[in-house]
Amino acid sequence: MNYNIRAKDLPEQEFHYGHKACAGCGATIALRLAMKVLGERTFSALPANCMSAVSFIYPQMAFTTNAMITPFPSTAAVMSGITAGAKALGIKNFKTVGFAGDGGTADIGIQALSGAIDRGDEMVYICYDNEAYMNTGIQKSGLTPYGTKTTTTPAGENLPGSIKHKKNMFEIVAAHEISYAATASIGYPNDFLMKVNKAKNTKGTSYIHVFASCPTGWGAKTEMTVDIAKEVVDCGLWYLAEYENGEFKLNKNPKEFSSVKSYLSKQSRFKHLKEEDLEVIINHRNKKWKKIRNNWVF
Amino acid sequence: MTNNTRFVSGDEAIAMGARLARPNVISAYPITPQTIVVERLSDYIENKSLDAEFLHVESEHTAMAAAMGVSSIGARAFTATSSQGLLHMAECLHYASGARFPIVMMNANRSLAVPWSIYGDQRDSLGLLDSGWIQVYCEDAQEALDMIIQAYKIAENPEVLTPFMVNIDGFVLTHTYEPIELPEQELVDGFLPKYETLNKMSFEEPKSLCFSTSPEDNQEFKYMQDMAILKSIDVIEKTDREYGDIFGRYYYGMTENYKCEDADAVIVTLGSVCGTVRTVIDQMRDEGYKVGLLKIRYMRPFPIEDIRDIALKVSNLGVLEKNISFGYEGTVYTNVNSALSGLDLKIKTKNYVGGFGGRDISKEDIREIYIDMIENESFNNRVEYIGKECEYNEL
Amino acid sequence: MRPKVRKYIRPKKISEYPNTPAYESGHLVSINAGWRTFIPIVDSKKCIGCLQCYLLCPDGVIGRTEEDKVNIDYDYCKGCGICAQVCKFNAIEMKKEDK
Repeated sequence: MNYNIRAKDLPEQEFHYGHKACAGCGATIALRLAMKVLGERTFSALPANCMSAVSFIYPQMAFTTNAMITPFPSTAAVMSGITAGAKALGIKNFKTVGFAGDGGTADIGIQALSGAIDRGDEMVYICYDNEAYMNTGIQKSGLTPYGTKTTTTPAGENLPGSIKHKKNMFEIVAAHEISYAATASIGYPNDFLMKVNKAKNTKGTSYIHVFASCPTGWGAKTEMTVDIAKEVVDCGLWYLAEYENGEFKLNKNPKEFSSVKSYLSKQSRFKHLKEEDLEVIINHRNKKWKKIRNNWVF
Repeated sequence: MTNNTRFVSGDEAIAMGARLARPNVISAYPITPQTIVVERLSDYIENKSLDAEFLHVESEHTAMAAAMGVSSIGARAFTATSSQGLLHMAECLHYASGARFPIVMMNANRSLAVPWSIYGDQRDSLGLLDSGWIQVYCEDAQEALDMIIQAYKIAENPEVLTPFMVNIDGFVLTHTYEPIELPEQELVDGFLPKYETLNKMSFEEPKSLCFSTSPEDNQEFKYMQDMAILKSIDVIEKTDREYGDIFGRYYYGMTENYKCEDADAVIVTLGSVCGTVRTVIDQMRDEGYKVGLLKIRYMRPFPIEDIRDIALKVSNLGVLEKNISFGYEGTVYTNVNSALSGLDLKIKTKNYVGGFGGRDISKEDIREIYIDMIENESFNNRVEYIGKECEYNEL
Repeated sequence: MRPKVRKYIRPKKISEYPNTPAYESGHLVSINAGWRTFIPIVDSKKCIGCLQCYLLCPDGVIGRTEEDKVNIDYDYCKGCGICAQVCKFNAIEMKKEDK
């Protein structure tokens, strides 16, 4: 079945409008596009994060559809409740959607997410990954990559910023044998739309991990948000893949990676990196891709 | 005995009450001594005597978060917990009451670690009086069952819309057996209609819930929340009368007064120990003592008026509780004393704390309290630990 | 298609507040135009209607016209410049805005 959606097939209606996100916010691109696919018959749940902080400032409500803020650790938990309650009331043809960031997914929210997937609760869980806790002021998260300057991993004489690699949420989620999981990027919007559409039509739990650039937190130009999100895939630091029917599938396998240095140079959060740091990053990428190419279908 | 008599534990009575209330979704995590509640509810769902979904949540925080999700869509939620679990979901208690979700939760009163103890005291729920939940304390399994049903009626009232905690003492009530009358489902259905509310998400009227406010607006929402829980006092009393009219059991509203009319000393207390106190009162009255009991049923909203009414008749009050706010006194005592402030009366009050970590409060302990209250003109200490098993010498 | 800003009068009495923290979705009381330094101007002669700018605007202010071109809701455009950047046909230019 073809899940592709073109821009002109999307409803013209805006479901997330008048929000107070930063100019050039990548997360709002992900949210807006996801909502265009998922539509009006949705109940959206957002934990404490940028997206909820900018969309529900009484009396300005940026969602035109049903939405609520959940406690920080509880996105997936509240979503489980919404789905169960709606089903019990006989509400048909609806989708429970979640938009959680780094913390809400990989750190404080990971328990609830794991429980919801384990229960197989019907939902589309979207993690927008901006590689730090942006809402609270750019602190390191479980999804912060190696060598990133954040406010809790400053780069100086002694440390190159963060010293751990990104938590592999996609594979952690897949290890639960989830119905459908995917990685995506706002730099490849049509691929993202297709995946949201697939998730919409999946019975059970779906998880989409979408790379969403943050010009404010990354020290990048606001107009470069989409370009950066494309470059991260092209240089291999992020990958577009799916997990379904128990199988990992790579959607895009670059013949040659574009320059990692070029990608990093657009963001002042990486300005401090030395050659040896770059080596760590590239080696880690190569190791990962070797595993992917040996084990995943493409 | 009737056809509807059952010989059950407090936990089982709670499960039966929950089943009768027809919740749509149950999300609960097992914790001693609440476990029998969730096990029975699972049985009821399996044997189809209860049409609900059971969410096998992975923690208590999730249990309450899921219950909020259920309520946010306009469905009826139920959960149950105890001590550590109650504290684990503490953030969600404030969340639910602020969001005005009428969730009903049973709490098995159990001691909080450290030291670890699975046995009962009242520190868990009494430490959370500020969370915005209505809190009732039950004396026996029958009251527990009846209160679960009443809880939904009160909580879901459009002028109340406040979540409701039904407390029963761990082990003493959860695990001991007594005969109860099981209300008939049709009568419960007539008493407790389906949950209807505007405080929900729906496709007819899409809404944004649980939003944030600037300093300009926050206080107004808190004020409305406070007024609603105060308003619930009327609803509580009306519901108690209506329930009694239909099911034949009255609990007298916010408090119950047992032989206080002419009493020289009254114990003010809550929970299962009330049963023991009644027995001691009857024994001591036979001996010529004039003693009484004020059973506090609801700690929130607080029965200020009932406390003041007693103070007009009785000038010797002893507050007995299984709780201490370290560095000061028992919370129930603080609440009672505050209710008495401003009254131009000579009242003697004292706080008796005990029963920690499952220590029994015996008839002898109660008797000693009454004797202490009657024989002493004034008190040396505000707070006295009862039921000591060794000498509490100077440390 | 896109919600419009409404006139909001602050409650004078507490009864004018919603009685629970649940409010109408899509209720907007302020605009974001004041955030801009640069303003996107569309040259519809160069625009071929590929809709990439419409697709990728974080604020959803770019709408489709009947002729399959695009228009911009300047009440809510923050001037981030993504539209101009992703347009492969140079049909959008970011101009310094005179305020």
